[in-house]
Amino acid sequence: MSTLATSHAVDRSALARKVRQTILRMSFQAGAPHLASALSCVDILVAAYWGFLQIDPAQPKAVDRDRLIFSKGHAASALYAALAHRGFFPMNDLETFGHDGGRFAEQPIPWAVPGVEAATGSLGHGLPMGIGAALAARIHKLDYRVVVVMGDGECNEGSVWEAAMLAPAQKLDNLIAIVDFNRWQATGRSEEIMSLAPLKDKFAAFGWDAHDVDGHDIDAIVHRLNHRASGKPTAIIAHTIKGRGVSFMQDDNNWHYRIPNEKELTAALAELA
Amino acid sequence: MRNMFAKVLTQMAAADDRVVMLSADIGNRLFDDFKTRFPDRFYNCGVAEANMIGMAAGLAANGLRPICYTITPFVTTRCLEQIRVDLCYHHLPVIVAGVGSGLGYAELGATHHACEDIAMLRVLPGMTVVCPADPVELKLAMLQATSINGPVYLRLGKKGEPVVHAQEPAFTIGQSLNVKQGKDVCLLSTGTILPVVMQAAESLESQGISCRVESFHTIKPLDEKLLARAFHDYRLVVTIEEHSIIGGLGAAAAEWYVDQAITHSRLLRIGTPDAFLHESTHYDTARQRCGLTVDNIASRIAQAWTHASTSPSAVFIQQVS
Repeated sequence: MSTLATSHAVDRSALARKVRQTILRMSFQAGAPHLASALSCVDILVAAYWGFLQIDPAQPKAVDRDRLIFSKGHAASALYAALAHRGFFPMNDLETFGHDGGRFAEQPIPWAVPGVEAATGSLGHGLPMGIGAALAARIHKLDYRVVVVMGDGECNEGSVWEAAMLAPAQKLDNLIAIVDFNRWQATGRSEEIMSLAPLKDKFAAFGWDAHDVDGHDIDAIVHRLNHRASGKPTAIIAHTIKGRGVSFMQDDNNWHYRIPNEKELTAALAELA
Repeated sequence: MRNMFAKVLTQMAAADDRVVMLSADIGNRLFDDFKTRFPDRFYNCGVAEANMIGMAAGLAANGLRPICYTITPFVTTRCLEQIRVDLCYHHLPVIVAGVGSGLGYAELGATHHACEDIAMLRVLPGMTVVCPADPVELKLAMLQATSINGPVYLRLGKKGEPVVHAQEPAFTIGQSLNVKQGKDVCLLSTGTILPVVMQAAESLESQGISCRVESFHTIKPLDEKLLARAFHDYRLVVTIEEHSIIGGLGAAAAEWYVDQAITHSRLLRIGTPDAFLHESTHYDTARQRCGLTVDNIASRIAQAWTHASTSPSAVFIQQVS
C-alpha cells in the first residue's frame, strides 16, 4: 500500500486552502461550532494524509493500514474534510455534516464513517487507544504506524499523561502524538488555565522523542512525521494559530463557538482562494 | 477465585492467540506462568487504570481480546468514563475483571471496597455484568465471555471462596443457575455471597420454610424468564448481594417487578447499606456489619415470609438495614 499523494507531488499548500474552504462551508451549512479548532489543525492533517500515512482510501479497514486517531473530536469537521479530499468517501457526503440523524456527527460516532478510527469528542481518549493500536501492531508483527492528533486543551486530561508515561516504557516507536498547540481552550488561553507549556519539554521528560514544529509549515511537519526515533514514541508539538487561514478568525477565541454568517463565509472563502 | 482466574486466563491464551492480559500493577506472582508462556501478551499498565481501559479498547479495535484486571473499584468506578466511552460506546470485546469485589478487601478499608460497581456498570448500554458465585462459575464465565463480542464485566471474589459446584454445571451467561429446589421462597443470590445464602436456606428449612436457591450470576442481561417463573411460582422472592441495596441485583429485579405490575408476590431485597464502613476489619466482620450473615439473612426472610404467606395482595418491598 502506498501513499499515492506523495508520488503525485500534490501542492499541499493549495490543498490545505481547499480543505479550509470545505471546513468553512461545512460549519456554515450545518451551523456547527468549533470552527477555529478545526482550522488550526488543517496543516497537520494535510501533512499526515498527504505526506506520511500509508493508507488506501478504497480499503479503510486494511489490517496493515496506518491509523490516525483524531482525538480532538470536537474539530471533526477538519477530519471529515481531510478524509473527503483524500478520497475516503464522496465530497457530497459532507453536505450531511451535522444533519439531524446524519452519520457525519459533530463529534465522530463509532464506525460510522470510513477512515474515522475512534469515536472521540470526550477528550483524553485518543492517546490510550492509540497505545492499544500500536501494541496490536507489535503483537501481530505488523509494521503500521499510529498517529494521534490531540488538542492542547485536551492535554489538561490526566489520561493523556497516563498514556504519556506508558508509551515510552513500552518503547512504542510506531506511535506518534501530535499536539495542535493553538494556545486557546474553550473559555480562555491555555496558559492561564493550566501550566501547559513547555509541552515539548514535558513529553521529552516523559521519554518521548519530542520536537517543536511550526504547525503551519506542512513540509516541516511531514519531515517530522517521517523521522522515526528508535525505541521511543514521537511527540510533535505543532505550534499553531487557532482559526488559522482567515484573517478575522485568527487567534480570536470567539470563533471557538461562533458560526460564520453568509457574509463572513464569503469573505473567508475569498481569502482562501 | 483469583487463582482460578489466572489459571483459566492462561488456558484461554493458549487456545486463542488474541487473548491479551492487562494488569494495573497487581497480581504479584499470579501471572508468572502466563508471562513466561506469552510474554508479548502480558502488559503491566501501571497504576493508571483509565489508560489501561483505553489501551484495551485500542487492542480490541485491532483484532485482539484484552482482559483488564485489578482490584474492583479501580477497574470500575475509577475509570467509568473509559468503560463507558471506549468499551461500551464502541462496543468492543474487552473483559473487565475486578478482583476482591464487595467487601473482599475488608482489611484495607472502604477505598478498596466495591459495593457500587454493579449499579454503575449495569446502567451502561451494551455491557454484560456477571458475578460468579465460586471459582467454577468464574471459569465457565471466562470461557464464554470471549464469544460475547462486546464488553463484559466479571465481578470476582478475592480468595478462599468455597466451591459450590462439585461438578461443572450447565452454565450460560444470562441464565440463572438453580442450586437448590424449594417450594416456599425463591432466593436469588449473586456472587460470592452464595454459600452464606445456602446456609441461610438450610437454617430456614429447619424452621419449616422451604427455599429454592438460584445462583443469579448474570445481572445484565437479566434472566427475565427466570424472574417470571420465580414471581409466578413463589409468594416471596428474595435478592441477596454483597453490593449496595441501591442499584444492584435487587434494584434490577425491582425494576422488572414494577414493570410487570405483579400483585400476588413480594420482593425482599438484601444488600449492603447505603453507607461506607469506617473500619478496617476481617471479611467476616465486614459482612456482619452489613447484615450479610446467615442469621440475619435467614431472619429477614423468615419475617418477610410471615407477611407474604399471610397477607394477600399489596406490593411489599423491604430493605435490610
